[in-house]
Amino acid sequence: MSAAVDAWEAVIGLEVHVQLRTASKMFSGAATAYGAEANCQANVVDVALPGVLPVVNAEAINKAIRFGLAVGGDISADSVFDRKNYFYPDLPKGYQLSQFAQPIVAGGLVHARRADGSLLQVQLTRAHLEEDAGKSIHDAFAGATGVDYNRAGTPLLEVVTEPVLHSAADAVAYLKALHTLVRWLGICDGNMQEGSFRCDANVSVRPRGSDQLGVRSEVKNVNSFRFVEKAISYEIERHIRLCERGEQPVQETRLYDAARDQTRSMRSKEYAEDYRYFPDPDLPPLRLSEAEIAAQREQLPELPQQRYRRYLEELGLSDYDADLLSTERALSDYYEQVAAAAGDAKLAANWVLGEFSAALNSAQLNVEDSPLDSARLGGLLAKLASKEINGKIAKKVFEAMWRSADSAAEAIDRLGLKKIDDSAALAAMVDQLIAQHPEQWAQLQQGQDKLLQFFIGQAMRATRGQADAGVLQGMIRDRLGQ
Amino acid sequence: MSLPTTVAGQLDALAAGHCQAADLIQAAREQGCRHADLNAWISEVEPTAPAAAENAKLGGIPYAHKDLFCTAGVRTTCGSKMLADFVPPYSATVHERLDRAGAVLMGKANMDEFGMGSSNEHSHFGAVLNPWDRQRVAGGSSGGSAALVAARVVPFATATDTGGSIRQPAAFCGVSGIKPTYGRVSRWGMVAYASSLDQGGVIAQTAEDCALVLQQMAGFDERDSTSLQAPVDDYRQALQQPLRGLRIGVAKCFFGSGVSDPVAVAVNAALAQMEAQGAVLVDIDLSHAELAIAAYYLIAPAEASSNLSRYDGVRYGYRCEQPRDLDDLYRRTRSEGFGAEVRKRILLGTYALSAGYYDAYYLRAQKVRRLIAGDYSRAFEGVDLIAGPTAPTVAFKLGEKLADPLAMYASDVNTVGVNLAGLPAMSIPCGFDQGLPIGLQLIGPALSEARLLAAAHQYQLHTGWHQQRPGTSGVPS
Repeated sequence: MSAAVDAWEAVIGLEVHVQLRTASKMFSGAATAYGAEANCQANVVDVALPGVLPVVNAEAINKAIRFGLAVGGDISADSVFDRKNYFYPDLPKGYQLSQFAQPIVAGGLVHARRADGSLLQVQLTRAHLEEDAGKSIHDAFAGATGVDYNRAGTPLLEVVTEPVLHSAADAVAYLKALHTLVRWLGICDGNMQEGSFRCDANVSVRPRGSDQLGVRSEVKNVNSFRFVEKAISYEIERHIRLCERGEQPVQETRLYDAARDQTRSMRSKEYAEDYRYFPDPDLPPLRLSEAEIAAQREQLPELPQQRYRRYLEELGLSDYDADLLSTERALSDYYEQVAAAAGDAKLAANWVLGEFSAALNSAQLNVEDSPLDSARLGGLLAKLASKEINGKIAKKVFEAMWRSADSAAEAIDRLGLKKIDDSAALAAMVDQLIAQHPEQWAQLQQGQDKLLQFFIGQAMRATRGQADAGVLQGMIRDRLGQ
Repeated sequence: MSLPTTVAGQLDALAAGHCQAADLIQAAREQGCRHADLNAWISEVEPTAPAAAENAKLGGIPYAHKDLFCTAGVRTTCGSKMLADFVPPYSATVHERLDRAGAVLMGKANMDEFGMGSSNEHSHFGAVLNPWDRQRVAGGSSGGSAALVAARVVPFATATDTGGSIRQPAAFCGVSGIKPTYGRVSRWGMVAYASSLDQGGVIAQTAEDCALVLQQMAGFDERDSTSLQAPVDDYRQALQQPLRGLRIGVAKCFFGSGVSDPVAVAVNAALAQMEAQGAVLVDIDLSHAELAIAAYYLIAPAEASSNLSRYDGVRYGYRCEQPRDLDDLYRRTRSEGFGAEVRKRILLGTYALSAGYYDAYYLRAQKVRRLIAGDYSRAFEGVDLIAGPTAPTVAFKLGEKLADPLAMYASDVNTVGVNLAGLPAMSIPCGFDQGLPIGLQLIGPALSEARLLAAAHQYQLHTGWHQQRPGTSGVPS
């Protein structure tokens, strides 16, 4: 079948609902926190009582602008909230407010990287603001469906790509980059289990080389990267199977069933709803001045792909390290501070991704909750970089600092690990070691260089690691007459 | 002792100690009982006289709300079976402001269901009768508000105007009403019919009373994104502005074929009176006026079809018995809960917004709307106000136009353009035909409420039409 598969090209476009992290809802003052008791975070606006009116949440607008700027999209000076009309119990007004004709962000580019490190640039069509619906709860009441309006009115930014992706792996690479970006910008908590980052995938196939688009199916609401990959792969294979048989896929919405690893039809577009979009007369057009947009531009942090390039090109980090250190904002910011204090970017990268990440992991802590702040770790690494201490001692000091509020100097003092600078004492100890191990010394003199490490090791043990290995080596070589 | 029946008169009597708020409340209740047959109330409340408050500009004055202003704890029906038992947990901004001003709510006034009607015959709670002739309609949709003021039950009532719903019933009932500039009075808590056209206002006996009440209702409200930020003028102070030099535009289109001769005669006499007081009459042209009805009856139903989607039987309001499934719940709840006129407009609006018809109907109507607004802007470059008949005829007979919706809609011909353009306008009494009142409409540019009220007040200083009350002879001495 693989020859046949190669004859087809998949075309994928993604729509991601990014839940904006705001204290209150898109058009009402109710709180947005997840997990409250049902209907306790729904006010008169959210349940659409007669006579209520929407007021736009400025924080949601600002976050959408920051996203638009970060992807290099055009921020519309005029955008409009439209009503998307349909009936469903979790939709209290009987319409959803969404930007249909004039979205707040047009275009834009998301920079992603594939697993092999190659660059994937994904063209966005648009990003628009809308409000979430409530949730229907089908299993709580016998013979009846409950509705929880806590989520109703939660601000969403729907990010829509052009149909430019061609594999499930690329789709996931894009999603991960988008996920990184929205968390990096602080506009979304990225929690996929709680539905803060939800993906719909539009999938079609066409004969390779064709520039026509095939009939697409839409897989709704897949809530993990792994399932997105599986669902898209399944759809691609299903479409190819149909096309191979000479059948036409139908335009429809499908649900991914993770337990069976397959998608099944939810509704066909033959019964497509007419949403009767029209501009919401309760909200004047959203006008954004240059100054308002500029104010958000000033708040933009250095972006992940910018940091990645800088780490690679200016700091000389490995691709792997640069990638890891430019994915999560908190870790990256921590690294920036450590590197600045340590004065050695590579050393800082090794330690932040090594000892520090391991310690966080075993303590099950987030970077933000680390007991060891970046200034203290940076201080420790500065001493290591200047060879004031060696790596082995640094690890001991690190452990002590992790469990205390000590600075590097304080921890070194407290542990009695201060480096032995007294060269006369060291020289005496070296002579004593030579006397204690005549056989090994003879072999070393005969050119068995590996025994150099034996003597250094013995010296380190004797000084509990507080001696400088370089100094010791010099002394031993002196005595060899080298 | 006979108590005054105007807002200004009652405020003076209270200030002079000639009566107490409790006396006014008692009088309102008794007068309401005498006119119970008008069917002007949907709900009456048991008011308590407020403690005399400092700076309470309307302290102790009884009033009625059109029954689409949400009043916390008091049922708000919109004249509909759908909301017949709906008690809102929150209050409209208009209610909060009048409450703060010390006005005393006596009850909720009857209205056409959700504001859809020109005769107040489309109410789940039955038609309101015209106090001047109980065989005739009170006008709509604020028929209850106009009838209560005309019958001297309350000195003022709130009302709303989407296509003439303040001005036309005010004209039919011989009282004064002002529909302010769109955005001048907050729509928060005012149940929507057509959001881009709806505007709250006042019906009272005199322009002066309208000024006193509107002063308390108007002003920016952050809960309404279409609310205007401009400061509110001092309306009462502005009343003293004489008519001298005021340029009043007269448009032929307002005296079209549907306008009865007696109405035209009375309105022309009113214009002559204003001219005699120093106003200057100027002929103007509103070239797209004849398209207003068509545009209005597309835009208003389109918005209504969406605004009324929330009445689905799920969260509050009427729900059908024993729904079989979700579709059945929607279908029967809405078929049973809405009256025929509301269902008709929802269908009309749904059609106008549907794929394939949107451009031809909704978008084209919006284009006409801009043309009409443009006509008014140009006209106001040369005149200060525009005047004409509010309605083409006096109040018609109950049932007369129910079978002919187009004839019913045509009675809005002179009022809907103002809503499409978002302008302020008033109707004041200017004569009688067969013992039935005739209304003079005055239209101003945006935010010219003070000018409108002043012109109406100056006219009323020299005429007595607004002082006529039902039950007395039609023609003043």
